Amino acid sequence: MFSVIFEQYNYAVVIILMMTGLYVVFASRNLIKKLVGLSIFQTSVFLLYITIGKVAGGQPPIIVDSHGGEHAALEPVLVAAAGGEKAAGYAAGHSEVLYSNPLPHVLILTAIVVGVATLAIGLSLVVRIREVYGTIEEDGIDILDYRYNLEGVED
Amino acid sequence: MEILSLFPAWLLEQGPAFVIVLPLLMGAITAILPSRTLAWWTALVVTLLCTVTAFALLLQVYSEGASLYTMGGWDPPHGISLVIDALSAPVLFLIAAMAVVTVIYAMPATIAEVEPKKRAPFYAAFLLCFAGLMGMVVTGDAFNVFVFLEVSSISTYALVAMGAARDRRALTAAYNYLIMGSIGATFFVIGLGFMFMETGTLNMADMSRILADLDGGSRVAKVGFGFIIIGLGLKLAMFPLHTWLPGAYAYAPTKVTVFLASTATKAALYLLLRFTFTVFDPSFDYVAVVLKYILIGVGVVGMVFASLQAIFQTDARRTLAYSSVAQVGYMLLGVGLATAAGIAAGYLHLLNHAIIKGGLFLAMGAFWYRFGITRIQDFSGLSKTMPWTMGAFMLSGLSLIGVPFTAGFVSKVNLTIAAADKGWWWAVGVIVVTSVLAIIYIGRILLAAYFGSPPLIDGQPAKKNEAPLMMLIPMWFLAVLSIAVGSNILGLGDDFVMASERAAALLTGQGG
Amino acid sequence: MRDPHVILRVISKFLIPFIALFAFYVQFHGDFGPGGGFQAGVILAASVILYALIFGLDAAKKAFPPSWVRIGMTLGVLLYGGTGVVTWILGGDFLSYGVLAEKSYHGQHYGIIAVELGVLFAVTSVMIAIFYAFGSRQPDHNEEDW
Repeated sequence: MFSVIFEQYNYAVVIILMMTGLYVVFASRNLIKKLVGLSIFQTSVFLLYITIGKVAGGQPPIIVDSHGGEHAALEPVLVAAAGGEKAAGYAAGHSEVLYSNPLPHVLILTAIVVGVATLAIGLSLVVRIREVYGTIEEDGIDILDYRYNLEGVED
Repeated sequence: MEILSLFPAWLLEQGPAFVIVLPLLMGAITAILPSRTLAWWTALVVTLLCTVTAFALLLQVYSEGASLYTMGGWDPPHGISLVIDALSAPVLFLIAAMAVVTVIYAMPATIAEVEPKKRAPFYAAFLLCFAGLMGMVVTGDAFNVFVFLEVSSISTYALVAMGAARDRRALTAAYNYLIMGSIGATFFVIGLGFMFMETGTLNMADMSRILADLDGGSRVAKVGFGFIIIGLGLKLAMFPLHTWLPGAYAYAPTKVTVFLASTATKAALYLLLRFTFTVFDPSFDYVAVVLKYILIGVGVVGMVFASLQAIFQTDARRTLAYSSVAQVGYMLLGVGLATAAGIAAGYLHLLNHAIIKGGLFLAMGAFWYRFGITRIQDFSGLSKTMPWTMGAFMLSGLSLIGVPFTAGFVSKVNLTIAAADKGWWWAVGVIVVTSVLAIIYIGRILLAAYFGSPPLIDGQPAKKNEAPLMMLIPMWFLAVLSIAVGSNILGLGDDFVMASERAAALLTGQGG
Repeated sequence: MRDPHVILRVISKFLIPFIALFAFYVQFHGDFGPGGGFQAGVILAASVILYALIFGLDAAKKAFPPSWVRIGMTLGVLLYGGTGVVTWILGGDFLSYGVLAEKSYHGQHYGIIAVELGVLFAVTSVMIAIFYAFGSRQPDHNEEDW
């Protein structure tokens, strides 16, 4: 039982972070703390993706310089990009090097940008809420909104 | 098709990318435009061009079949592909057309509802949101869906918050939407991660093929499917996950509410269809279980509970918002039936509801514009002070209830027949009961408006004060359209039914 | 009174050019190895933000005016999208860099450089914009009151 967890500790870390983040989002009544929880939750997903990309024994996905200079090594990629027929042959020639999968990293780069944007919008909303309501505690905001519904006055 | 030859060949060939790129780039330019009027014209021209393109693509799908566009010339599964088929093309056209309608309406509405210095950024954010929605519908790459989902969501949070100029609760509504929306999108991305583990690809067609080879895949695919359903469920306001919706709809600027109500949840529902029926397959046992017990379960419970909640609201905008949650239930019921007739009915209701709810919210915005009215008790005598606006509201409202010769009737009848075909008479009963509930909540508003007397201002009954023409034209367009679909004027009803049947045929694998 | 932050100021004045230089290294190395517009943009923005932290927001706004920020955001998106539009005009699909030059793989090279430059502009401007937006709000407690 424990050996399974230790062998796949990366998933354990992801799950712990994910649940912590989600719990903080739901349990805290402070708007900033909720955003902190949301960030932790999103970060756990970044870790999950990076974990997927690791290939056991794989090198960093940078083309290994095996035939001459950098440009020679890049050639097959560029030819493949252009849809050339030689691409398959080149790729076969390089297959002895085992690379980690770079795709999840690229995906998560996008997700990080999305996370930053969400956080920026969320924080700016909190700033505006603080200016208008004078509090960032949900309980306080609820009381103000309730009074507004009853009496129709803002205070 | 002689109409098709009127469009330039380039537009048909590059159209799928054009409808995303144009609003995206013009959105960036709009952000630095100095003048609000210029921004409005930009938004109008962009949405019009996109509508024309989407229409051309729709015609092309029906005459020549589905088309595949490769971004940057990279072939799938490695590159990002854009797919236009019988499922995506009608939704694409719907989003573009609703965007034009709301932009026309926005000219007077934003002056009243948005702070002056935020009006040009308002259109920029709108164009970004529009680009995101178009991208969500067009793309054939699963991760790309997430990116466009977030592009549209993040700009929507900003748009909802701009309602703060008239009601400060827009800020908290936008904040709640942000929290819920981000959790939904993150769940979706977790699901995609699991699917990537299982299949090693992100292209939807490729993923579908590999999953079919694996006969549904291992437990990883099941977990991934669960996450994807929950994530999309949050976005489309599936019943217990709908809590962000009433606030966001009620306090956002009217233009945003209309656009959200008639497109954002629809695009998410389109994705649900896309994932459950084309990426996954109802023949996998776990998908069948989710369709039969989860989607139908929450659909039916949502229909009843949200309709009941709609009855007890004091704010008319919240009534309509809860009604939207209930209508999502109808669509989920149709999808959950998983028969060609059921999916077609759900899809038809998706298209019809966009038109109906759009018309209702447009009228609601006009009431606020003239009298600052949102509470139902204030609606008293509105039929005398704003007869034309109230007329449009009534037509759309009747359509929402499902009175014969309206769009709502057609889709509800189709849904009833589909449920009865499967022998689910209890579902028929629920549809009838919720329609009665709809009569009550729409009836409350209509009763006040038509049988109440106008309030007294300085001892005199309030004067007739009709909404401006730029508001009346969009709302009457949608109201008349819903009647035209329901009564099959100009063959529109048949066109809608045909579109939904073709989409359903594509999903159930009987050819597109 | 003597400036209490003199060490910080001298050191950061010395460091900031190197941070900016490193950003450009990451940027232009991006088509051969790890790097690219996102990372470079954040590093470049960090150099401006560090300047603002040490010398104050007003000084930073003089060095990097907020109007640049708005233009930079738009310019970045337009550079990226514009590359795609150019490939459209040259008769290819959107962002098919191959048509940019006679030899297709040279085209790939030019295309990715233009696009990464767009990303650099956009990311730098957006990061600085976020910092300016939050930084320029008036706090309701004075610094001495804490």
